[in-house]
Order: sequence, then structure tokens, then C-alpha cells
Amino acid sequence: MSKELIRLRDLTMEFDGERILDGINLYFNDHEFLTLLGPSGCGKTTTLRIIGGFLKPTSGTVTFDGKVINDVPPYKRQINTVFQRYALFPHLDVYDNIAFGLKVAKLSKDEIDRRVNEMLEIVSLKGYENRRIDNLSGGQQQRVAIARALVNRPKVLLLDEPLAALDLRLRKDMQNELKRIQQAMGITFIYVTHDQEEALSMSDTVVVMDKGRIQQIGRPEDIYNEPKNAFVADFIGESNILDGVMLADYKVRFFGRTFECVDSGFAPNEPVDVVIRPEDIDIVPPSEGHLVGTVTSVTFKGLNYDIIVEFKGFKWLIQTTDFHAAGSTIGIRLNPEDIHIMHKSDYSGMFGDYSSYSAEYDELTEDAGDEEE
Amino acid sequence: MKKNNSALLSTPYILWMVAFTLIPLGVVVYYALTDPATGEFTWGNLRDLNQYWGVLGQSIGYSLVSALICLLLGYPVAYYIAHRSPTAQKMLYMLVMLPMCMSFLLRTLAWVGLLQDTGIINDFLAFIGVGRIQLIRTPGAVVLGMVYNYLPYMILPLYATIVKIDHRLVEAAEDLGCSGVQVFGRVILPLSVPGILSGITMVFVPAVSTFYISQKLGGTDTVLIGDVIERQFKQGNNPNLGAALSLVLMILVFICTGIMNRFGSDEEGGVIA
Repeated sequence: MSKELIRLRDLTMEFDGERILDGINLYFNDHEFLTLLGPSGCGKTTTLRIIGGFLKPTSGTVTFDGKVINDVPPYKRQINTVFQRYALFPHLDVYDNIAFGLKVAKLSKDEIDRRVNEMLEIVSLKGYENRRIDNLSGGQQQRVAIARALVNRPKVLLLDEPLAALDLRLRKDMQNELKRIQQAMGITFIYVTHDQEEALSMSDTVVVMDKGRIQQIGRPEDIYNEPKNAFVADFIGESNILDGVMLADYKVRFFGRTFECVDSGFAPNEPVDVVIRPEDIDIVPPSEGHLVGTVTSVTFKGLNYDIIVEFKGFKWLIQTTDFHAAGSTIGIRLNPEDIHIMHKSDYSGMFGDYSSYSAEYDELTEDAGDEEE
Repeated sequence: MKKNNSALLSTPYILWMVAFTLIPLGVVVYYALTDPATGEFTWGNLRDLNQYWGVLGQSIGYSLVSALICLLLGYPVAYYIAHRSPTAQKMLYMLVMLPMCMSFLLRTLAWVGLLQDTGIINDFLAFIGVGRIQLIRTPGAVVLGMVYNYLPYMILPLYATIVKIDHRLVEAAEDLGCSGVQVFGRVILPLSVPGILSGITMVFVPAVSTFYISQKLGGTDTVLIGDVIERQFKQGNNPNLGAALSLVLMILVFICTGIMNRFGSDEEGGVIA
């Protein structure tokens, strides 16, 4: 791809003896849309704030365009930030908020005027120049925040959960809008979110983080299709994660049955985690199934039904467009490409069991509500 | 129903206000506009005010200078307090309030003891060979008294405003290219304006009508409007002229607070309504 712009080397961060970042190594390419994805407290915002210059890492280096910038203050970096909940200046109107950085840089009045108007056009806020910030809707404030950062033509734009405060519909619109702006301006976006769907739909590269460590880096498709461990599999979408044994290349055994799969390169008889996405499972009459189980609950989700099916005491989540009543017996078939094999990790056994499905759902909703500081 | 209840609850205060504020105010207006001898309506008292415009101007001058000094002294203190830990903030807040727990008269008298010709400061200056200098009965002593007494009224509203300024705005300004000084000039100071206006009002209003400070610390050339009013009632035996002076002073204070609030209402969250 294009050339490397920022590199983080062995970054660690400690607050009061607590380790927030634990050896982050990461590079960012020019023109890339990269997302740091993870739950609250995973270190994603801390990483972003270090890149922005608001925090100094405990150890490790930040390199920008080949130069170490650990000690460069934020106002001297060619980086701008869209803050969580925007941090717009309440004493200035829309125009002066956007013009703020240009005025500090002492550009000519004409130049400022031209660039602010150009930005107003890009974020569709023409005619709002003299509005006060508190007379704007959340979506409009969001656009002002983006315009205020982009008008300075930074090489890199940092976005800290910029859509978290918007409602679902607006969030979807803004996702498309952000992607369009990023491509139009041709600059690097580093985006922080805990919303996996947001990360998958916008990014060129997704970095999944947890507990101050990078769990996986990859294109959205790869992260989704080939999760590296149980944490990633569970955090990105829903997953059924089972204990299995890799008998040989392309042969995995779980639930007392040997399945064909597409993975290879494991040690003979290596214990593994097997991931099966709920939407990949085909439901068939019991007589034709690889496995036969009993439906224990059904939830209507709009697009599909989420059904919980019990196989020999282990509960799976299956997403299907056909209704299956609770108590009915169904069979399932698994195609080789639907079976994803992962090495065992610290996260094995912690996720992917739907025995307490509703409880896990509650937890997910709560997580989405928190905002990371 | 709810409305009736709240009206009922505020009745004691309304009665209090009518009895001890509105009626006396009416009495002041009545006295200001009646002849001391005959009790008939007259503009004479207000005409007699002509000789006091100088004193009034001097009062306003002293109060504004004091308010300005309070602002210069108080702002850094308020800023410092607002950026400490919550526990430290409470401690420092209490310290700022502490002088207000002592009688205003006592505090002013204490300054007499310090500044007078045979006071502690002059004794010390004489002792080290500098010699005694005129400290008391000077304009400087009056301003000192005002600043000393009213400084907390400046610090508290400033602190209340500064502490509410979102730290992310500071980061945003830094992010957009502001150095420390620029962050202050472009973000923190403009957002402190409501507190600055409140503080100036709260220092100016009591300072402009004081008489005790100027009597104790000032000389014959630092007579303030408060002194003149007091003298009309106690020595001059002309309550009608005193009432006229009070009326003018009151109108002046109203105008000042009006101007302040006018400025303040453009900004967010003024401390004084």
C-alpha cells in the first residue's frame, strides 16, 4: 500500500502503577482509515491520546514521518482531533469554531474565509455560519467538530468515538459521510470505537485491542472470518466457540464427530477453539443433520430470529430467517468453510457459550452505554 | 394547586420585603423629594446634590480601582484553586472565606493598628532606620482597605466560573495549534467573562457605598459618598439631603449592575442572575 506515516514502538503506559498499555507495536500508513476497536478500558483512547500528544507514554516511542515525536506538544503536531462529545468552543459561533485553528496560525482573512467556506460546503453546513453552538443538533455539532479539525489540513485526523452520542439512524449516515470525507481529502483517519459494526463498515484496517494489548490486526473481512482468538471472535459479531481437537490438517473433531474444515498448520491432536458464526449454520430436518438439538428459546430480531439450540448440554446461538418454535427438534449442517479454527489462548473458555444468553446480551448493552474517558 | 402552595410558602419573605425594604424605599423617595422644614414637595434636595458630584465621582473611581486590583489579584488565585484536587479545592475555598468570618469593623480597625503613624509598620520602619512615613489617611490606604475587605467577593465567583470550564476545551485549543498563552487568551479568558463581571459587581457595589473604610483609613481628601450620607443623618441633621444622596447612589448601583448583566447575559452561565 502507501507509505508508512506513524509508528508506535513498544508503547507502554501506566497510571498509578496500573498498566493501561502493554507493549503496543503498530504502524499507520498514509491515506489509511484505521480503527482501534475494543471494549471500555482496553487502551484504545489512551493510544489515541498518545498519538495526539495529550499523554506521554511511560516507555516506547511514537514516530511521525520518521521522526520521534514523544516530546512534541500537541500544538506542534500535524495532527488534529475530533474529540468525544466534540469539545466545541461555546463562546464562538460555527464560523469562528471552524476558523479557530486558522486564526491561531495567523492566515490572511481571505484565506481563512475561503477555507472555512470550503469546509462548510464539505460538511453540508452552509448557512449555519453565525449559529451558536448550543443551537445546533448533535449531528450538526459533530459536523462542526470534523470541519474544525479538517480545515487545518492535518496529515492525520484522530477521531475519538465521534458518533457515540448520536442516534442509530444518524450514526449510519455519518459513517458514510466520514468515509466519503476521508476519501475526498485523502488523509489518514485513526478512529476509536467500541462499536464493531462501525469498525467493520468504515475501516481499511481494524486493530482489535483488549487489556492494553493488540489482539489482532487485519482487514475487516479477515478479522471477521479468521479471528485469532476467542476474544476477537466474541467481540466481532456473535460466535459459538467450542472445544475441539485438530486431528490433522483440514480435520477437526468436536462433539464426538469429525468435521472437514479449511484450516491447516496445527500440531497433530492440538486442542483448539472452534468458532462457528450463528449466521453460517444451515438448519435441516433432524434426519439429515450433522448434529441434532432442541430449540430452547426464540427471539425475533427484525431481520432474523435468534434461536438458542441445545446440543448435548451446550447451547448455541443460531440466526435464521425461518421460525422454529421452542421445544422443536432440528438438525444442523456445517460446511467446511463455516468452521474456523483458533489456537487456544488466555481467552479460551471465557466466551462463546450461550447458556446464559440473556445475561450476556445485557452485558453487551451496558458496555455499549459506557464511554471511555 | 402547586402554584398556590409555592405562593403560600413565599408569603413570609414577601411580607418581610414589603415591610423592611419596599416601604423604607418609599420613605427614602419621600424624604428625598420633600422640604426639611415644611414637609412640602420640592426638587430642592436633588438640586443641592450639585456640590457632591465630585465626591460621587471619587467614590466610583476608588471602587473601580479597587475592583480592578481585586481582579488582578483574585484571578490567579481563583485559577489556581480551580485546578487543584477536589479536596484541596474545598480547603482553599474555606481559606478564602475565612476573613469573612471575622467582623468587617474589626478587620478594618486592625489595619488602623498596622498603618497608623505609631503603628507596627512605622515602628518597624523607624527601627530599621528608614523613618516613619505617612501610610494612614492616604488614598492608598482606602484602596487597600477596600481590596482587603472585598477580595473574597471577587475570588469566589471567578473560581465558580473557572472550575466549570471543560478541560477538553483546553485540549481542543492545543490540538488546533494554541500554545499555553494562546489557550488562555482565546479560550479560558473569554469563558471566564461571566465570573469577571460578577466579581467586579460584587466588589464595586459594597465599595461604592462604604463609609467605614474611608473614615478609618482615609483622610480629609478621601471623603466618599457613603461618608457624606452618614454625615447628613448623624451630624448635618438633614435626612432629606441624605435621602436624596442615597437615591442617587441606588440608581447608580442599579445602572452598574444592569450594564454588567447586559454584558453577562451574552455569555454562558453568569453567576449572578
